[in-house]
Amino acid sequence: MTAALALGDDALVLSHRLGEWAGHAPVLEEEVALANIALDLLGQARLLLSLVGDEDELAYLREERAFRNVQLVEQPNGDFAHTIARQLYFSVHQEGLYEQLAAGDGAFAGIAAKAVKEVAYHRDHAEQWTLRLGDGTDESHERMQRAVDALWRFTGELFQPVEGVDVDWQALHDRWLETVTTVLERATLTVPSGPRSGAWTAGAGRQGIHTESFGRMIAEMQHLHRSHPGASW
Amino acid sequence: MAAVTAGQTAQATEGGAEGADAALQAAFDAAVAADERIEPRDWMPDAYRASLVRQMAQHAHSEIIGMQPEANWITRAPSLRRKAILMAKVQDEAGHGLYLYSAAETLGTGRDELLDKLHAGRQRYSSIFNYPTLTWADVGAIGWLVDGAAITNQVPLCRCSYGPYARAMVRVCKEESFHQRQGYELLLALSNGTPAQHEMAQDAVNRWWWPSLMMFGPPDDASAHSAQSMTWKIKRHSNDELRQRFVDICVPQAEALGLTLPDPDIRWNEERGQHDFGAIDWTEFQEVLKGNGPCNEQRLGQRRRAHEEGAWVREAAAAYAAKHTVVPNGKATA
Repeated sequence: MTAALALGDDALVLSHRLGEWAGHAPVLEEEVALANIALDLLGQARLLLSLVGDEDELAYLREERAFRNVQLVEQPNGDFAHTIARQLYFSVHQEGLYEQLAAGDGAFAGIAAKAVKEVAYHRDHAEQWTLRLGDGTDESHERMQRAVDALWRFTGELFQPVEGVDVDWQALHDRWLETVTTVLERATLTVPSGPRSGAWTAGAGRQGIHTESFGRMIAEMQHLHRSHPGASW
Repeated sequence: MAAVTAGQTAQATEGGAEGADAALQAAFDAAVAADERIEPRDWMPDAYRASLVRQMAQHAHSEIIGMQPEANWITRAPSLRRKAILMAKVQDEAGHGLYLYSAAETLGTGRDELLDKLHAGRQRYSSIFNYPTLTWADVGAIGWLVDGAAITNQVPLCRCSYGPYARAMVRVCKEESFHQRQGYELLLALSNGTPAQHEMAQDAVNRWWWPSLMMFGPPDDASAHSAQSMTWKIKRHSNDELRQRFVDICVPQAEALGLTLPDPDIRWNEERGQHDFGAIDWTEFQEVLKGNGPCNEQRLGQRRRAHEEGAWVREAAAAYAAKHTVVPNGKATA
């Protein structure tokens, strides 16, 4: 079931990246918030991967080329602005996607109905921080602009139809663009104008073509599990 | 605390400064003796206030620094279930830090001020968090032993004379007990697992046992603050009493885990009805407190770095709030 893997891997990988923030956040409230979002996403990943097989085998024993997540979620945390931009792009997408799935009667309706409540909170968190950083100080404005620009080219992939995910992809895309544009403009930021996909990034993550930092990320994630074949934890 | 009301305060003030202080002190002493709670607006001796700020700040700092050794394993947790448990735990710790800073703020200090003191090395955090987490089993040993010791210390604090602290402890202890059981269960899985996992668990217990015993502080005859804290009912039991209680709880738990404690002198003392145990290396304890433990530099360094690197984010939030705060007349401040 490629569809569950695609959605599950998105959540798993982004959760992992957010987990890297623990102990490094700019304020204590963000320690709580980022861990909270990471935990929600991990919960979604576990439900989705379990539809396919054993969650741990899937998370810990697949190699880089077998992961089906979009490249956006594997992007390194960067500074807080990069993390927020990544979260904004992804949460707005995930909210639209899960709303459609929850309204349908497909295999993901139940999971999506639970997850969409969490994702609405993630989107709100990312939106509030985009406003604060964009419309905060000169420095934060500059950093936030850099972040939204840098990650823009990974957003096209979000709307590459995934086989088995029964949603209106065009509607999803249009709503995403409208929501993100509104938030960025309210945050006094310029909506990036560069390409939203290149020959390389278009649909690549879904086919197991990832960016360089991803291999290192899963090496860290899988190392202990792989060192003890067959052990239970 | 009902004993010192505003009326009594006013009456006492009329009796002249010295008489007033004596009357307030007497009312405070009577409230503490009657096991009443002291609340933020009540009169309290300056030294009581200072002692509470010191202890609560140290407690809050420990929650925050204590996130680091465990967060060290989030990205390497060996199963998704364990990863979720660990993330939830580290999140709880940040929450405990927030409760405790709030409780400390009722005494007239501020979170920023307390954090500045932590970063400047002028306030401490628990010595235990200066030890490294070298294997996955350390996460279990921290849950079982470190959280276990913390709970032994903190349960009596739920009856501490200062209300906000006591109430914070009630909430913290509920969550800590949960973490402690999860840590124990993690070690149990390792102990019953493959030989390599069992060895990993034993090695972690060997490294964390003595530092956990040090969490109760110096022995009673060398503890600077103990006597006064007990008179004020901030503390209810001495360091050595709590340490003994902890050892007595851990010995059967270690047996149930199928692991040994690294102390050849532990044995049941029929006469005392308690376990005897070996001597603690107080030199090591003093060195860690002085900043010479294995991770002191690293822990404080990471905390300072997170704070410094986050400064632009906090400045942005403040600038945004100033631009968009609606003042009572309905106009946004410019």
